[in-house]
Amino acid sequence: MSPRLTLLTAARILRQLRHDKRTIAMIIVIPTVLLTLLRYLFEDQPLIFDRIGLVMLGVFPLVIMFLLTSVAMLRERTSGTLERLLTTPIGKADILFGYGLAFAVAAAVQGVIASVLAYWLLGLDTLGAQWLVIVIAIANAVLGVALGLFFSAFANSEFQAVQFMPAVILPQVLLCGLFTPRAAMATWLQAISDVFPMSYAVEALQEVGANVDPTGRMWRDVAIILGCVIVALAAGAATLRRRTA
Amino acid sequence: MEHAVEVRNLVVRRGTNDVLRGLSCTIAKGAVTGLLGPSGSGKTTLMRCIVGVQKIRSGTVEVFGEPAGSRNLRRRMGYMTQAPSVYADLTVRENARYFASLYGIGAAKADAAVSDVGLATAAGQLVSTLSGGQRARASLACALVSQPELLVLDEPTVGQDPVLRNELWDRFRALAAAGTTLIVSSHVMDEASRCDRLLLIRAGDLIADDSPAAVRQAAGTDDLDEAFLRLVLARDEEKAGAH
Repeated sequence: MSPRLTLLTAARILRQLRHDKRTIAMIIVIPTVLLTLLRYLFEDQPLIFDRIGLVMLGVFPLVIMFLLTSVAMLRERTSGTLERLLTTPIGKADILFGYGLAFAVAAAVQGVIASVLAYWLLGLDTLGAQWLVIVIAIANAVLGVALGLFFSAFANSEFQAVQFMPAVILPQVLLCGLFTPRAAMATWLQAISDVFPMSYAVEALQEVGANVDPTGRMWRDVAIILGCVIVALAAGAATLRRRTA
Repeated sequence: MEHAVEVRNLVVRRGTNDVLRGLSCTIAKGAVTGLLGPSGSGKTTLMRCIVGVQKIRSGTVEVFGEPAGSRNLRRRMGYMTQAPSVYADLTVRENARYFASLYGIGAAKADAAVSDVGLATAAGQLVSTLSGGQRARASLACALVSQPELLVLDEPTVGQDPVLRNELWDRFRALAAAGTTLIVSSHVMDEASRCDRLLLIRAGDLIADDSPAAVRQAAGTDDLDEAFLRLVLARDEEKAGAH
């Protein structure tokens, strides 16, 4: 792996994004609109917004980034540019981590804007520090990036790629502890929930929501999220085949 | 003459269909080798084997004495795929500069490659706004940009007007004169006469491997289109006779 080639590739992907103004607008606008809807849905119950809005700050960017990156990587493959890249000196990990880095930048912009809006315009209230929520929201978006890049390897078309969202992300949303606390689930559901990365993403946010100071459990959850990101990116690189039929 | 590429008993199977059936050939250094044959004959597959992105069933492909696809070879090769493989949402210049940067080559040389294919005035345009012929040239610029020792170009002149096609062939000839090895596929026979050597491929078999003049002589006609047809028919008769 070469840091120089990874950075060059990330810069190229950001340049591509820059030419696509509508996508940039959607990255910024979609989570802010959804959070606003949520806020007014619970207009008389600010405590519920504090609970659900906080979790959604982690879930929305994860979902959006998952979709964006799985389609972006698929385009790289179907346009023939991936085949050409694989005949140049660049390594497979450089390509995957370049994508990860570029969309992490987009995710950071999205996470910061959504969090700022949630705190200062929608009146979100957490016991813990706001910057921690922002950091975890960004980490969740990066998790979405890594999962999207990995699962796009199993899609041959856009039709298949977009269906990985309900297949991969929705079960995680159902079992992440938002609808039923994880401790109250049947044992086998808990076991599934335990291996879903989003469970830790949501738990980390809940820890900040309920504790003034950062807890050990929160740091552990953040470490698990970052571990999942690295594993998914490395696995994504491993599934890229230089030689194809 | 030294060989840039050596292919021995190459078999590529896709599904139950043999795309290349035990093909052997050598490609000379510093020359333009034309890969000719109808669509579906295996030209692209052979090129993909040479650049090392094709799964091979059996046989060997060596480039500059190393197995095709070796890490070291990737610095020495440029590949242009048949469908223009450039980023549609980048400008021509941004594409060339990105591919140049992968070889550690600076922006000035990338911009020169864009001018070389006649796209200087469109350099700031997004590839998605270009015509098909311009897009193909943008893709060609990205293969030329690293000044490789071996250029593998899959139908580089499709969709180009005759004047431009002529200019591109002048450039290919100049590159070969300077020592670059070029493998160029085409199904336009008038381009074949500008090659040093021709490989005629049909249904995964090599049916001729000779200079354009020798191909003409063997077939007994000056028209390469006609020569190709005669060679194919002669081969079919030979096969029918063998059965």
